[in-house]
Parts: sequence; structure tokens; C-alpha cells
Amino acid sequence: MTETMTGAAAEAVTGAAAGSAAPGTAGPAEAPAGPALSRLADDDLDLLLLIRHFELTLLRLYGRGELNGTTHTCLGQEYVPVALRPLLGPGDFVLSNHRGHGHYLARFGDAHGLLAEIMGREGAVCGGVGGSQHIHRDRYLSTGVQGESLPVAAGVALHLRRAEPGALACVYIGDGTWGEGAVYEALNLAALWDLPLLVVVENNGIAQSTPTGAHLAGSIAGRAAAFGIDHHPVVSADVNEIRPALAPLVARVREGRPLVAEFRTHRLGPHSKGDDTRPPAQVRAARAHDWYARYAHDHPGHLHPADERVRARVEEIAAEVAARPPSRWSPCA
Amino acid sequence: MRVAENLNAALHGLLDDDPAAYVLGEDVLDPYGGAFKITRGLSTRFPGRVITTPISEGALTGVAAGLALAGNTAVAEIMFGDFATLAFDQLCNFAAKSVSMYGSRLPLRMIVRCPTGGGRGYGPTHSQSLQKHFVGVPGLALYEMSPFHDNREVLAAMVERGEPCLFFEDKVLYTRPAGQAGPLLRVRRDGDLAVVEPVVPELADRPDCVIVAPGGTAHRAMEAMRSLLLEEEIACRLLVPSRLYPLDAEALLPHLGRVVLVAEESAPGGAWGAEVAHQVHQRAWERLRGPVRLVCSRASVIPTAAHLEREVLVSAPAIHRAVREAVRRAAQEAPRG
Repeated sequence: MTETMTGAAAEAVTGAAAGSAAPGTAGPAEAPAGPALSRLADDDLDLLLLIRHFELTLLRLYGRGELNGTTHTCLGQEYVPVALRPLLGPGDFVLSNHRGHGHYLARFGDAHGLLAEIMGREGAVCGGVGGSQHIHRDRYLSTGVQGESLPVAAGVALHLRRAEPGALACVYIGDGTWGEGAVYEALNLAALWDLPLLVVVENNGIAQSTPTGAHLAGSIAGRAAAFGIDHHPVVSADVNEIRPALAPLVARVREGRPLVAEFRTHRLGPHSKGDDTRPPAQVRAARAHDWYARYAHDHPGHLHPADERVRARVEEIAAEVAARPPSRWSPCA
Repeated sequence: MRVAENLNAALHGLLDDDPAAYVLGEDVLDPYGGAFKITRGLSTRFPGRVITTPISEGALTGVAAGLALAGNTAVAEIMFGDFATLAFDQLCNFAAKSVSMYGSRLPLRMIVRCPTGGGRGYGPTHSQSLQKHFVGVPGLALYEMSPFHDNREVLAAMVERGEPCLFFEDKVLYTRPAGQAGPLLRVRRDGDLAVVEPVVPELADRPDCVIVAPGGTAHRAMEAMRSLLLEEEIACRLLVPSRLYPLDAEALLPHLGRVVLVAEESAPGGAWGAEVAHQVHQRAWERLRGPVRLVCSRASVIPTAAHLEREVLVSAPAIHRAVREAVRRAAQEAPRG
């Protein structure tokens, strides 16, 4: 896939091009959709904003030609790993995918290391070798091929069940991942072997450019049911609602009862850089669901000061990382 | 002891020595003990660490990678090596990449066993030698079972590498005796390399042709060596490396002569022998009387009926003819440089 990119993608997401009052808001055109969001804990809000501004910064850096290759931002989906964050412990494995910046930041909070990885600068988590979608740190690993991580997660979960009971393997996949046969081979094993496997599905309604309705027959719930695996739908974007509902289910995963937690979410940005071919109305509808716009509407006094602070911090990080020398590595295979 | 028993004992030894070692695959549990009985007795002795899987080669290879990622030693059995194609993504894009793509080395102790090759009438999809499809993937090592390498040592070497290894096991070799070179020949070891030569020292010291072959082709090469010796007075030396890739070409050099030939069961085209030839050409071109010759099976599917299968697979007579031709041509050519 080739893409051309200008700052337009970042602007389309931020609404800056439409002249919104506060940079980083969803733009003035759409009224936020969905019920009112509850007030977030400060650390949850900060983490959400860290991921949001990290991703926006990436799109701007791409727009200026300062990044190599491609990247997949999780704009609009930030609340998924934030909701899960306290439900996962350091003994748990997390296997992430191509759209994994939020997953990494929710686990480590390490924007410097991740940006350095993406920019190929000193201090990169993986020396600049893995880049945006191939990150390994402690018990966190992301890789770029759809579905491939599920059997690996099953193997990790098999180890945990035997050697470290109570720990789990959490694997993030998208709706598009369900096109891969590896998913079903792994779900079969998870159910057969009572594996502590948490499958988090970020169903953002679109696989690259293909709407879910054009690539997925039946439903994810039905597919989980076929294996006798519990399925938990998450429609809310309210971290304070999602988390307590998931907590007892995640506890059951730890006892060897695998779970598919399906977040119905919205991808605000393009698949990768500037390759969004969705009709404007669809993008606007996705933006209307954006937790950020909704939170700005419901809790402006909480959001805006934090937003300014985090945005400035990410800008500082970006400037500091960009000034670093290139990362060094020698082929080690 | 037959090679299959040697391999079975090696797996027993691996599980016995390493409490974090697992063996998994389809139908590997007792009393069945695997389609080729290589895992016999393991599940009885090590319950919980010998795991039978559904017919899911991709997933079972991924599970092995996950176990290795979590610090274990994982041995996966692909019932027929032909089905390793179903695990190619896990091998090439996950396991081989994971050891090196995260900036620093991430060791994975992982062996994928692949019963390989024809000669048993299993037909086109259960008889192939697919080694060549896995050659040249950084972070993925290829080994082949041989009658001259103790499998306990080979397993240990693969585990020690800390990267995913494919282990190709010629199915015909399972029933052969381990360690014996047969009449007229003797075998010695030089490091990883098994060196088979005529018993007569004068013939052993100055071979007319050096044959390089992986373990599964060694018996056919030795049969050709005997007929060449008796019928043509051509003396050969056979080199059998345990690790096919990355190839230790330097280890071959002291044993090479002016005529070199690689024999393998693969279909021709991008085969392992081409890699061997290239490595030898780079290092020893001026010593050769001609380019390294390749002997493969025919470019064909592998038929089921025995008489048809024989026509396709590389055979001792084919190796005999190729060696004779190579030696004759070399004699006609002026010495190089």
C-alpha cells in the first residue's frame, strides 16, 4: 500500500482545519453522540490524553515528513487500554497488534521510548528495529501480522496456567482479524485447554478500508459462542462503566475461563497515514462518538486544563526525542 | 539401535533433563505415540508436558512459540513435514522474527520436527522434502536427522541456538540402524560434519569426488559410493552436515576435492544444494575442476505407486550416474589456475 500524506489527516481528526476553538477538540460541526460520560479519575484522563496527543503528534510528524514508513493510530479507541489498565498486572502478558501505541502507553506510560522507536532515535524501546508495530518489552509484545498473535497468546497462557496460576495472556485484535483462520485454531485451544486468555476485540467497524458488514458474516459474539467462549460486549466509552463490568469477567479469565471482550469502538483517523476513503458523513459519525469530544462537552472544566498540560508535555517529548541522535543497532540474527 | 529409537530416546532425555520442556503435536499421546511412533512413551512418563493438539499446524507452532516466549523449551511435531506450509507464518513472520526484530536478541528455544520425504508410498502431499522453502530466513535454522548424528546431541544443539529450528526427519531413515556406514565404508566425525569414506586408506585420502548430502539422502549416497567403487573404481567421500542452514561452509572446506556434488531429495529449483554450491564456489572455486553438481529428485509431484515414485525420487543409481559423469568431465578439463 502506498499513501500520500499531508497534515490534513491530523487536522481532520483534530478539527483544527475547521477552526475549532480549542486545538484537539472534535470540531464544531458535530453534536456529541451517546449518553453523558461520568467524571474520570485524573490519572485516567491524563492517560487518555497522553495517547490522544501522542497519536496526533505522530500524524503531524508524518505530515512534515519527519517519520519513516507507516503507522496506525488508535485515535478514538484510547479508552480501551485505559479501561483495562488496572485490571492487568505486571505478571500478565499483553500481545498487541499493528494499532498498539495506546496499548503500550497504557502499560508503560513511556512516550519517550515509543516515539524514539517510531522515529529511530536513541532510547528507542527496540532500537528502532521494530518500529510502530513490533515492540517487545518485558511481558508486552506486539507484532504486525493479523491473527498470528492468538496462537502465541494461547501458548503463553498455557505456560501461565501451569507455571504461574492467576496470571493471564491478553491479546488485542480488531474486527478485521476475524478473517484469519489462526483466530479459530487458537479459540479452539483456549476453550479446550481452559486457558487464561483474554481476547480484547477493538471492533471499530472497519478493516483498513472495508466496513465490517463487507468482511464479517454473522457476529463476533456468535463466533465466540461456537467455541463455548464467553463474550462480553462493550458499547460504552465510559471508563468508569467499562472497568467494573469487566473486572469480574477478567477475574474468571484468571481461573481458566477464556473471554472475548468486544469493544464496539470508532476509528477516528485513517487506517494508517492518509488513506481514509470513508465518506465524510461516516467520519463525522465516528467523530460524534469520540470520547474526547463528549468529555469536552460533559466536563469542560476537567478536560481543558489537563488537555493543555498533556498536549504541551507531548510537544516537549516530541521535540526532545527528535533532537536525539539516530538509534544504533547491528544485525543480530 | 534404529534411528527412530535413538530419536525417541533423545526426546525422553530432553524432557527428563529440562523440566520446562514440552512436546506437542497431533496424536502424540500414548498408546498411539505419534504417527511415526517417535513420541512413544513420552506422555506416560511426562504427563502434562506432552500435549496432543487439534489438527492445527499453524496454532500448534504458535503455541510452541508462545511457550518458548515464556521461557520454556518447546518441541512441536508436524505429523508430515508437508504440513509445515500451514505453519509458515508462525515460523517465518513470528518465531524467526521475534528472536531479532525487537532490537536485542530474544532467545526462543523451539524445535519443529518435520517427518519428511518419500519412499513410503504416501503420495504427492505426504512425501515432499520442503527444506528449500525455509532456507535463508534469518533467525530460522534448519537441521536434518542423520544416521551418523546422535539425536540427543542434535536436539541439544538446536535448543542451545536459542532460535526456532526446523528438524527434518527422513521417514525412511527411522527404520535404519543408527551410526553404521555399511560394507566398504567407514564413518568418522569432524565436528558437526559426518565424513564417510572407503575403508581402504589410499582411497579415502584421495577421493575422486566429494558428495555433500543431508542425512535423509546419506544411505542412497553410500549405496552409490559402493557401486562406484566396485563398478567404476571411483572413490568418493560423503559429507553429511547436521545443520543445513545456516550452513557452516568453512567446515566443508578441508574435506573438499576437485569434484563436488550435492545430492538431496528435494525437487529441483532453488534447492538447498544451490546454496551449498554457492558457498563452495565462493570459497573454493580455484580448487574445483568444474562447478558443484546438483542431484535432486525430478521436477514432478511424487506419485503414490511404488514403481512411479521410484522414477521421481533421487536414487542411488542417479547419484552414481551423476558422480561418474562429473568425474569423467573433470578428467577431460584442464586443471584450473
